Amino acid sequence: MESPATQAPFLVRDCALSAYGTGLRAQNLRELRDRLTEVSTASIYYHFWGSRLHPSFEHPEYPNMFAAWVHRSLHDHRLGERLGIIDPMDFHDLEGLRQELIEIIEQRLEETEVVAWSAPDDQFYFMHSRVVVFDTPRTIAHPRDMAEVLPTLSNSSIFYHFIDARMRMPDLDDFRAWLIGYGDEFLDLVEALGTVDLFFVPLAELRRTLADVVSAHFSGHLAQEVHHD
Amino acid sequence: MTEGTLTQTVIEEYQRIVGSDVIEQLFQLAEPLKGLRVVHVNSTRVGGGVAEILTKLVPLSNALGIDTSWEVITGRDEFYQCTKSFHNALQGNHVAIPKALLKAYEEVNAANAEVLRSTLQDADIVFIHDPQPAPLITHFPERKGKWIWRCHIDAGKPYRPVWKYLRNFTSRYDASIFSIASFAQPMPNPICLIPPSIDPLSDKNMDLSEAEIETVCLQHGIDRQRRTILQVSRFDRFKDPLGVIEAYRLAKRFAHDLQLVLAGGSADDDPEGAAVLTEVYAAAAEDPDIHILMLPADANRVINALQRAADIVIQKSLREGFGLTVTEALWKGKPVIGGNTGGIRLQVINHHTGFLVDTPEGAAYRIRYLFHYRDQLKEMGLKGREFVRENFLLTRHLRDHLALIHALRSGGSERIELHRVNLPGTGE
Repeated sequence: MESPATQAPFLVRDCALSAYGTGLRAQNLRELRDRLTEVSTASIYYHFWGSRLHPSFEHPEYPNMFAAWVHRSLHDHRLGERLGIIDPMDFHDLEGLRQELIEIIEQRLEETEVVAWSAPDDQFYFMHSRVVVFDTPRTIAHPRDMAEVLPTLSNSSIFYHFIDARMRMPDLDDFRAWLIGYGDEFLDLVEALGTVDLFFVPLAELRRTLADVVSAHFSGHLAQEVHHD
Repeated sequence: MTEGTLTQTVIEEYQRIVGSDVIEQLFQLAEPLKGLRVVHVNSTRVGGGVAEILTKLVPLSNALGIDTSWEVITGRDEFYQCTKSFHNALQGNHVAIPKALLKAYEEVNAANAEVLRSTLQDADIVFIHDPQPAPLITHFPERKGKWIWRCHIDAGKPYRPVWKYLRNFTSRYDASIFSIASFAQPMPNPICLIPPSIDPLSDKNMDLSEAEIETVCLQHGIDRQRRTILQVSRFDRFKDPLGVIEAYRLAKRFAHDLQLVLAGGSADDDPEGAAVLTEVYAAAAEDPDIHILMLPADANRVINALQRAADIVIQKSLREGFGLTVTEALWKGKPVIGGNTGGIRLQVINHHTGFLVDTPEGAAYRIRYLFHYRDQLKEMGLKGREFVRENFLLTRHLRDHLALIHALRSGGSERIELHRVNLPGTGE
């Protein structure tokens, strides 16, 4: 593939998320399943993704709030593991993700004779979010500038371009989409960014990881160029 | 100092703490809201968490170019008696409120509505804080802007008759704000969840010199060469001060130099508080290593110094609202051993920012654990500070308000896209 003569700069955007209560809650697994059938997909989005932008500690063990609650509050470690491994990117849309959640919980309900309950003050509260997306004055003129710009971006900017993007473009994020616009030139970098596991790290760490991947790519290329010279 | 310089100073001070990306983000969110008139209304200018937040939130909002003001309603004794009862009832206490007090409550709001009419009628956004000014909305049927009711109280299990009465007012708002999901009641309007915040520049949270910390410790007989655990809270059964003393005793068997500081306010106006304090003195039994400090309400710098002097902060509550004392301790780089309840669960994460415990034995075990693994104690402290920096500072609080205003102004869509249009000075 030919490299395009000109590729527009990458426009850095940012977002702010408001969390909203839905009034729905669950105190045991049956209630969790029942509520899952009725909540909006915005709620599924929030509990898988949006919660990473809402004030709460990013639990490193369980990447979604369903798995964390089942583990911590229902003490059902087996189900916690099954829910924790769900990769939301395996599903074309949030409706598919909802069905998978319900399916796994149904299976667990069939396996167990006693339904575990959480303490009354430790119920699962279904929430949903609204996202305000806005432009920033920042741009990235060329891929080689990414290593310098990425560490200066806000956590929410990283969230928008690297995580939220996957809900807008299946199997891709905004950075890789932009790099692909350069044709074959940065396919190695596209591949390297594609291997970054975004589940287990806080956003600040994810930002560092992305910058490291880009730096490693360009220092490798620089080394190759020096070697060829 | 000119207004412009003052604005610049406020912004620079916050930027130094939270980073330029956070401040930049606030400016970008505020840009499309310039020209809006935002008004906050509560019932006191000083004292209490709401006044503490508004004291800094309002100037910061103005510094971003949003015309923000703060109005305070005033009332007579019966009004305050009534609203004090509301406060207790929303937290679940069965409180019967005489009709005469409810009448005074409504009359005071009607009178304040007339005083504030010109300010509130045309405001674009009105934040009404807590139940005290909630009925104001009924006096503005022709209001121009969006009105938001902000409940700072844990209303998760209210005394139903009182909530039923208050709902006549709160249900009329365009949106409600609660601190966390479990504090909220079902409402006919959108329920936004915005946790409270601390101000890193306030007396209670600002950096202090070692000399000042040393002086405060000297004044209160605390030996800085020895290990110190601290609980800051009023003397209330829900804060479990007796459980803290028991935990201290259990831990002291393995840490002979350990000292405990229990710092709280005067209980003069609270008969139950006075009884708890008597029990605390009895349990301390003249142990010279237990320091029971009765501090005045404005002893913010002293509390700040005590938190910084402690090795570990305890908040062993049996029932808790959000638990801002936990946030304050984490901000000072201290791991927190907290009761497994309320908002403490949001902030204290086992092995990351501290430990959640259910018993004095659990607290004692974790005190010993942290003193044994000093490197973990230090690491958790660092993690806690970063956690607060990202999630619980005033700048995040303001960002949440701005996002909510955008959401209210844009109707019901889940995703609101704002595009820059030739911002001045950007060269676009």
